[in-house]
Amino acid sequence: MISCDKAATICNKIQYKEASLSEKLKLRLHLLVCKTCKTFSKKNTELSKLCEKANLHSLTEQEKTAIKKQLKDNPKQPNPTDITHPTTE
Amino acid sequence: MAPHRLQPDNWVDNYADYLYNYAVGRVSNSEVAKDLVSETFLSALKSAKNFKGDAAERTWLIAILKRKVIDYYRKINSNKGKAEVRISYASGTDTDGDWLEEQVADPFSNFENSAIENEELGLAIQKCISKLPKKQALVFNMKTIQGISTDDICNELEINPSNLWVMIHRARTSLMDCLNENWF
Repeated sequence: MISCDKAATICNKIQYKEASLSEKLKLRLHLLVCKTCKTFSKKNTELSKLCEKANLHSLTEQEKTAIKKQLKDNPKQPNPTDITHPTTE
Repeated sequence: MAPHRLQPDNWVDNYADYLYNYAVGRVSNSEVAKDLVSETFLSALKSAKNFKGDAAERTWLIAILKRKVIDYYRKINSNKGKAEVRISYASGTDTDGDWLEEQVADPFSNFENSAIENEELGLAIQKCISKLPKKQALVFNMKTIQGISTDDICNELEINPSNLWVMIHRARTSLMDCLNENWF
């Protein structure tokens, strides 16, 4: 019998289609007896569906670094002390 | 409530993906969306002095981005006449030559609603991702959104697969909690 930790890892792998057949079987068996993991597995699958439905986009690290550089090179960057709220002074 | 402060150094890490998702939803072009995001940050830096501290940073930045999106459409429509809405026969499709009446939206379709709902969902997820610790957010992004393989991520970040799965697990658990109230 596998531990709940192991079951959670397999469940996560399944979300990315990276679990082997034997892992899937082990998880199935575990879910039959463990209610906590069953709930987790259900929510986890739901999260994957939501992520897929939302059609998420993200910038790559390189693109983010490029934007950061652009911001840094921008000569008009104010001194950090200038941009606090006036009433805090 | 304490007034909000701006922390430009963290902008890209905290809000770039959130703003990018919003922009992609509006302009449907990833290159343009990327430019709009960086222009937003630049304008925000320039007008940082005018930030009154009564809105959260995120709200303030999204307000700037909204203006940028509007400006973008103004610019591409600036030639006179382009701004008109013109309806023509859908040429080159099966319906070529059909009456316009046959092209009206299906009143029972909930396609538009689900598009709006999905965009809200996307922003909600991005907001939750930006609350994660930086490394977890990065791993989750690479794995889930960019779909990079486990091996490649491990090589790039110099971690081992079990590290990766632990981080993914933590990220997913936090996201479930974060989204729990509204979306499950």
